[in-house]
Amino acid sequence: MVPTLFGRIQTRLFLLATVGVIVTLIIVPFLPGTSGPIGDLYATGFMVLVSVAVLGVIWEFIYHFLMQFRWEKDWPTLFGLLTFINEGLLLFFLLRTGILDSIADAPPAGAFWTHFIVVWLCVWLVANGPMRVPFIRWRFRGGRVL
Amino acid sequence: MATPHVPAAAGDLTPELLGTPEWTDQMVAAAGIPMHDIPFLTAGGGIGSFVTVDYLRIYGVPTSHIRVVSNIDYPWQTYEFLTRCSQIPRPERIRSDSSSRPDNIWGFPSYALEEAWKEKNPRYLWNVLTEPLLNDYWTPRAGTVFENLEREAKRIGYWDMLVKGQVRMVRKRVGGGYFTVVTPPEGTAPTKRIVFRSRFVHLAVGYPGLKFLPDLQEFRQKYGDYQHVVNAYEPHEQVYEFLKTRPGTVVIRGGGIVASRVLQRLFDDREKYNLQTQIVHIFRTFITGSHGPHIWMRRKGGDGWAYQGFNYPKSVWGGQLKAEMRKLEGAARAQKYKDMGGTNTPKRRRWQEQMAQGRAGGYYHAFQGVVEKVEPAPDGRLVSHVRSKDGTIRQPVADYIIDCTGLEADIAEHRVFADLLQYSGAYRNPVGRLEVERHFEVKNTASGDGALYASGSATLGGYFPGVDTFLGLQVAAQEIADDLARRGFCRKMGPVRSTTQWFKWAFNSPV
Repeated sequence: MVPTLFGRIQTRLFLLATVGVIVTLIIVPFLPGTSGPIGDLYATGFMVLVSVAVLGVIWEFIYHFLMQFRWEKDWPTLFGLLTFINEGLLLFFLLRTGILDSIADAPPAGAFWTHFIVVWLCVWLVANGPMRVPFIRWRFRGGRVL
Repeated sequence: MATPHVPAAAGDLTPELLGTPEWTDQMVAAAGIPMHDIPFLTAGGGIGSFVTVDYLRIYGVPTSHIRVVSNIDYPWQTYEFLTRCSQIPRPERIRSDSSSRPDNIWGFPSYALEEAWKEKNPRYLWNVLTEPLLNDYWTPRAGTVFENLEREAKRIGYWDMLVKGQVRMVRKRVGGGYFTVVTPPEGTAPTKRIVFRSRFVHLAVGYPGLKFLPDLQEFRQKYGDYQHVVNAYEPHEQVYEFLKTRPGTVVIRGGGIVASRVLQRLFDDREKYNLQTQIVHIFRTFITGSHGPHIWMRRKGGDGWAYQGFNYPKSVWGGQLKAEMRKLEGAARAQKYKDMGGTNTPKRRRWQEQMAQGRAGGYYHAFQGVVEKVEPAPDGRLVSHVRSKDGTIRQPVADYIIDCTGLEADIAEHRVFADLLQYSGAYRNPVGRLEVERHFEVKNTASGDGALYASGSATLGGYFPGVDTFLGLQVAAQEIADDLARRGFCRKMGPVRSTTQWFKWAFNSPV
């Protein structure tokens, strides 16, 4: 991808709000190690999703800064995939600290990683191809949706 | 005194027409030139015309509203000729990104996905996943590109829109729109010229022409030798054939992708036929390492070359550099072009190996130098007089010299542009080519409710840098199609139409 800063942020928010929401709706009942009312499970699932979005905006600033060292000002496909590691780990530890417990219960490790990685993969796959089908101007605008 | 007798109109340009910037319908009629009405005309008929027409057809414009005027039979004809000369036959891979598909406005599925699917080869996908970090950039085969262009051309009814002929000039029409003067092939029309009257004209006539290095041009003219001093973009198979018959020396000039390609051919032949070819490679600018104005703008390089995956830094096609350039005018824009410009080539592993072997084996010699002149040696070979920056003078003797610099001629070398600059108000941009708007309308050439657009190499130096590339032509085509939609010529394409049209593309059904 060849994103601009605003393109990165918009693409992330848009894809989490579409692909991320759909995947979360489908996957939450099947996450391993979870129990309790389905409403609580969804509350946890969406809390994770929103956290990825909010923290992600900060991450995008960091990625944008790092991208400046690249002559091409591009963000290779592999970077887009592998950044799940740093983002996932940070979020996982933040949830462990319990700072979001007032909103919803932190998910068990298995549930968190399954949910997080499946959403990440789907978003990454859509961003690397199918996104261009409905949005023909998106790739020429650095990933801006608006 | 009686009015002098006016000869019957011959259907050709008259001095009155030639000297008048804006023509009336009556003037054209009086000259006896047949006139055809067509709302949108694109001149050129290469890839630039094709992708523009592809966009318009997908946006919903019927073939009856579009004409492509061209002297070639199919859009990839010139491109294929040039790639073949520069050592890229159909099975070889071109220098283009996997998702730059002139036959598919969405760029999805990418060429890599298609080739992987057809050849059941998941390695291509691994390649695009890990490029450019663990692998060279994956690039499509020339043949893949041409086969898909043919499929898409058939799908959009390209040949229903094609008119054979040479575009001579475009002039503004009094009352709006333009006249495009076309010279049809001999014997196909009753008059020497025909005219198309259009509201919109698009110029995609390609490179104005090749320019030879001055010292090589001088040699060719002075000694009438067009066999031993050749341009890589013209057929020069005789060089490789000669080298198969006896040991010889070749001088390569230039540090771009074509030099890399020609070198690869020489190295490949050397290995395949066990030849003794010696290669002397002269770089005018010899890059020794990373270079650029500051840490945030530094390109890799070495052994003479500047390394870059594609013709431009990737972000010119959609990212940061595209966004930055879009805001720049005048000298600031020219400076930005300079910062990102310079001849370059991809750092491909195979090429690096071959050159390293050549250096170690003493048959590949690269150095910096400016060639002052080329002369025939007493034995009929060619002596280049080369002066390096450190004052060293070298005089390599060679059997052949291959000019791989790919210099382009001035836009005014092309008749259509020369006429446009002289009569229609068009002017040059900060790098000397045609100044166009962000939506690729040629500045200062509006005529009533009509518009004149240009894309491709002639517009290099504008608000969008990557114009002379597959994806650049599509960026331009999209801007033009959206501008035409704003003017009410077609509907703007939103997500729903885009998606349904993509399915039509996928199933190869008509638009």
